[in-house]
Amino acid sequence: MTLFGYRLPMMSSLIVWVILWEIIGRLELLLLFPPFSEVILALGDVLTSSSFAEAMRITAISYVAGLAIALVVGIALGFLMGLVPTADKMLNMWVNTFLSAPLSALVPVFMILFGLGTPTVIVTVFMFAVWIIALDTRAGVQNISPSLIEMSRSFGASRFERFKITLFAALPEILAGVRLGMIRGVKGVVIGQLLVSIIGVGALFSLYQQNFLMAHFWALVLLLFTLALTFAEIVARFEKRIEYYAGARS
Amino acid sequence: MTVALAADNTAERSVPKPTNPIIEVRNVSKVYGGAVHALDKINLSFETGHLTSLLGPSGCGKTTLLKIVAGLLQPTDGEILVKGKKVTGPGPERAFVFQDFALMPWASVLQNAAFGLKMQGVGKAERLEKARHYIGEVGLAGFEEKYPHELSGGMRQRVGLARALAVDADVLLMDEPFSAVDEQTRRKFQEDLIRLREVENKTFLFVTHSIEEAVYVSDRIVMLSPRPGRISEIIDPDIPDGISPDELRRNGTYLDTVEEIWRSIRKYVE
Ligand SMILES: Nc1ncnc2c1ncn2[C@@H]1O[C@H](COP(=O)(O)OP(=O)(O)O)[C@@H](O)[C@H]1O
Ligand SMILES: [Mg+2]
Repeated sequence: MTLFGYRLPMMSSLIVWVILWEIIGRLELLLLFPPFSEVILALGDVLTSSSFAEAMRITAISYVAGLAIALVVGIALGFLMGLVPTADKMLNMWVNTFLSAPLSALVPVFMILFGLGTPTVIVTVFMFAVWIIALDTRAGVQNISPSLIEMSRSFGASRFERFKITLFAALPEILAGVRLGMIRGVKGVVIGQLLVSIIGVGALFSLYQQNFLMAHFWALVLLLFTLALTFAEIVARFEKRIEYYAGARS
Repeated sequence: MTVALAADNTAERSVPKPTNPIIEVRNVSKVYGGAVHALDKINLSFETGHLTSLLGPSGCGKTTLLKIVAGLLQPTDGEILVKGKKVTGPGPERAFVFQDFALMPWASVLQNAAFGLKMQGVGKAERLEKARHYIGEVGLAGFEEKYPHELSGGMRQRVGLARALAVDADVLLMDEPFSAVDEQTRRKFQEDLIRLREVENKTFLFVTHSIEEAVYVSDRIVMLSPRPGRISEIIDPDIPDGISPDELRRNGTYLDTVEEIWRSIRKYVE
């Protein structure tokens, strides 16, 4: 970005917004917006509180568990759809529907089924992540060059070896699906906790809201954004490696 | 040059029948999806230790026939015998070289070349040593640790060839192995193939749509005609032994044979 011919550093637009926020906060126009400086002060409070540590623990556990189940189920489902045309015909429509459906609307149903606790959050993460993993795996399996499979057959590969070749050949697509699933899973873990609202970050948000701790509230929002963006950045690094691999395939 | 019309089975053939056939194709037909007659009652045998080309315009069933011999496709009718035994699927006495190389992109040249041996359960040290030997044999020494995407098309096909040679099959089935490589590489390849034939005691079945290539490398050329795929002619090119590649391309018999084949093929092309 340039201003009056001067090159401005990357973060400078952010500084403008922060100053604006500070001014609006100082004017005390809205109860909702405490000055930014107060939010920064609250940040330390939030970070050191035991309820934040507990919330992060629950978030991490639900995320990892939900994603792990989504990986296993999604990849298995993708293989099934990619290899068995009948299964594909029966499942494809549903998987696509779930992929684009507003899944947040289903969280109340999960709450009835799985109770107001971690299981519901795990299921939410799972539902957010699994469909894209399944679809990308399916695409990968269907795009495998037929001659690679013929090659393995002609050299007498066992069923297990042929499966291994299919897996390796579809790996770039599978990993691309996993990457998207990981990012969707982050949405799932936050939305799930917000809706359940008595555990994890959801409980923290309600606590701050009910006690009008708006500085704490915004501090938590900032923290979550930073964590999610950092995570997305790590995943993007991992994607670059996959792209290299996929490009090297042909 | 000797020519025989294979369709005329009662007539005295002027090409000699194989005395020691390693592969016999008996009455093989292949119909795809109930409608496409890719092969129609093919009868053919291949002499042990010879290089036989299947030649014909595209769509005449060359790949289909080769894959049936490989055991990768089931014929609709008829049977294949390899060393007197009926083919029911792929077997270790046959190795396939693929038109599009079919290398595993995640594996190194060495691992690719050792793939067939690994599938046969050969121990790691032994299979890597053998693979190394054949990588050298096809002229890729020094490239063992490279990956397929780091190689040119011609080099990739050499890996495919090393993989097929390494399993020490009696028969090498090659489906247009040089069609995806550029012209210069292709010539070099053809010369290498002829040299390889002399060191490796193997039978080659070689699919090509290039007349020059077939005449250059083959002991016998089986010409197929399309729709339905039938044998139209069998030709044994009488190229003098020990002729250099450069002499050969100016040799009268070579040129006459190419011309002869072109005349009989052109009616299918037009
Ligand atoms: N899997 C398939 N399904 C349907 N038709 C096929 C299939 N494979 C080949 N064919 C048809 O069979 C005929 C012979 O094909 P092919 O053996 O590939 O010929 P060639 O290798 O001589 O070009 C062609 O008409 C082709 O379209
Ligand atoms: Mg073909």
